[in-house]
Amino acid sequence: MSPDSKPILNVSKVVKRFGGFYALDGLSFHVVSGEILGLVGPNGSGKTTAINVISGLYAPDGGEIVMDGVSIGGMASHKLVHRGVNRTFQVPKPFMSLTVRQNIEVALAYGRAAVTPPTTEALLDEYRLAEVADRPAADLNNVQQKILDLVRALATRPRLLLLDELAAGLNPTELDWIAERIKALAQTGIAIIVVEHLMGFIEHITDRVIVMNAGKEIFEGKLAVAVQVPQVIEVFLGGEHAA
Amino acid sequence: MPSSLKHLLFMVVPLVVIFAVLPGVYQNHLLLFNFVIFLILAQGVNIIYGFTGYLPFGYVGFFGAGAYGFAIMVMQYQTPAVLAVIVAGLVGVALGLLLTPLLRLSGAYFAIANLAASLAVLHFVANPALESVTRGPYGVALSGTFDPNMAYAAAVVVMALTLVFVVFLKNSRFGLALQAVREDSVSASMAGVDVVRMRVIAWLASALVAGLAGGVYAWYVSVFYPDNVFSGDFSIFAIVFALFGGVATITGPIIGVIMLYGIYNLIGFTAPQYFQLIYGLLIMGLVLFLPAGLVSLATRRGWHVP
Repeated sequence: MSPDSKPILNVSKVVKRFGGFYALDGLSFHVVSGEILGLVGPNGSGKTTAINVISGLYAPDGGEIVMDGVSIGGMASHKLVHRGVNRTFQVPKPFMSLTVRQNIEVALAYGRAAVTPPTTEALLDEYRLAEVADRPAADLNNVQQKILDLVRALATRPRLLLLDELAAGLNPTELDWIAERIKALAQTGIAIIVVEHLMGFIEHITDRVIVMNAGKEIFEGKLAVAVQVPQVIEVFLGGEHAA
Repeated sequence: MPSSLKHLLFMVVPLVVIFAVLPGVYQNHLLLFNFVIFLILAQGVNIIYGFTGYLPFGYVGFFGAGAYGFAIMVMQYQTPAVLAVIVAGLVGVALGLLLTPLLRLSGAYFAIANLAASLAVLHFVANPALESVTRGPYGVALSGTFDPNMAYAAAVVVMALTLVFVVFLKNSRFGLALQAVREDSVSASMAGVDVVRMRVIAWLASALVAGLAGGVYAWYVSVFYPDNVFSGDFSIFAIVFALFGGVATITGPIIGVIMLYGIYNLIGFTAPQYFQLIYGLLIMGLVLFLPAGLVSLATRRGWHVP
C-alpha cells in the first residue's frame, strides 16, 4: 500500500441507531485498495454493525459512506455487490439446500463481476471445496461453510471485501492457510476490512487497525502501537490496567 | 442432451399427450378436467412455495378472480372464450400486483394474510351491491360459451405452459437464484440477486397460472357461484398435493396430484363414509413421516429427482 493512494472507501461520521441505542456514533475511517484494515474492539463496540451498514444490510441514520467518489449509504445490497462490495458473515449463511457448486454458480451468474470472475472449478480447487462440490451446503462443517461464504463473495469479484470473524473457530493450520489467502487477495488490489477477535491473526495480516469503542473509532494505526495506548487498554481490560 | 430438453421430452410431453387422448377412452370428462386443473394449481403452488418459500394459503383468490374475470368478459363484453381466458390470467396478475405488499411478511404471517386477502376478494365479488357487474351472490350462468371439449383443450394447453415454466425454473439460473432467495435472502442479495424483484416475478407467475386455471374452469363449468370458485378447498388441495409429492421439483406435484387426487376419487366412489377419515390419516402420515414429500424418499438416498 502506498501512503498517498486514494481511498476506495471513505466512512465519515456514520451514525446507526437501534431505538435509542447508538450502535454507531460518528464512526469515521477509510481504506485504500490493496490494504488489509483490521477493525477491533470489545463486544458491542459496533464492528459488525459497521460491516452491516457498509454492505447495505442497514441504512445509516447519519454521516456518509463514499466508495469511488459515489455516496453508497443506504444503497441496496445487491447494487453494492454489483459495484464491487462483498462480505462474509460471522455465522456463515450459505444456501443450505443447494449444492456447494450451485452456491457458487448463483454468485457467478448474478454478481455482474466487472472483470471475468474465476471459474467454479478454480474456486473449488483453490479453496479446498472440490471434494464436497456436489453435496448440499448443509452437509459442510462450520469452517467449510465459512470458506464457502468467502468463495461466494469472491465469485462476484469484489474490490472491497468485508470479512466478519472469518478466522474464529479455525484450527492453527487453517488459520495460517486463510491468512495467506487473505494476503494474496489484498495483493491483487482488493481492499479488505477484517473484523476479528484473534489479535495474533490481526497482527499477522493487517497493515493498520481501527480500534472501536461505543460506536466510534478511538485509535487508528499499527496494532503494536495500539496496545500501548492507555485509552485502548482501558476499553479492553478495564480502567485499573490503564495506569 | 441438456436436462431441460430431457425434462420436456420425458415428463411434459407424455403428460400432455396422456391428458389430450384420455377423454377419447375414459368417459368421466369432468374428473379428467379436475385432474388437469389440480395439476395446474399444484404447479402454481410449486412456483411460489417450492421456489420462494411463500406458502399461499389464499391461492384460490387468484383462481376465483380469474374465473370472475372470464365471466365478466363474457357477460359484459361478449368476448370469445379464448380471449376471456387470457384476460382471466391478467386479472390474476393484477390481483397479484395489488397483493405484492404481502411479500414483506414471511412464514405463517404471509400465509394468514394471503388467506384473508382471498376472503376479501370473495366478499368483494359476492357483494350484492355489485350485482350489475358480477351478479353478486347469485352466481353466473355463461351458456353462450359453454363448450366442455374446447375448455378441456384450453386447460391442457395451460397445463403444458405451466409445466414448461417449471422446467425452466428447474434448469435455469433464474430458478437457482429463486431457490437461493428462499434459502437465505440476505446471502442471496450478497450474491448480487435482486431479492424483491425475484420474489415479485415468482409471485406474479404463480398468480398468472391460477388466473388462467380459473378462467378455463369458468369456461368449463359455465354456471357457478362465488363460493364455488373461491372455495378454500382449491387452496388446500393444491398445497397438499404439491407438498405430498415434494416441491421445488417438476415431478413432485405431478405425483402428488395423480396419487392423492386419485385416492380421493377412489375413496369417494367406493367408501364415501370413510372418506374424511382415510384422507385425514393419509395427510397426517405425510406430515409426520415425509415432511419433504414423496420425492424425499429418493433424495434421501442421494438420488437426483428432477
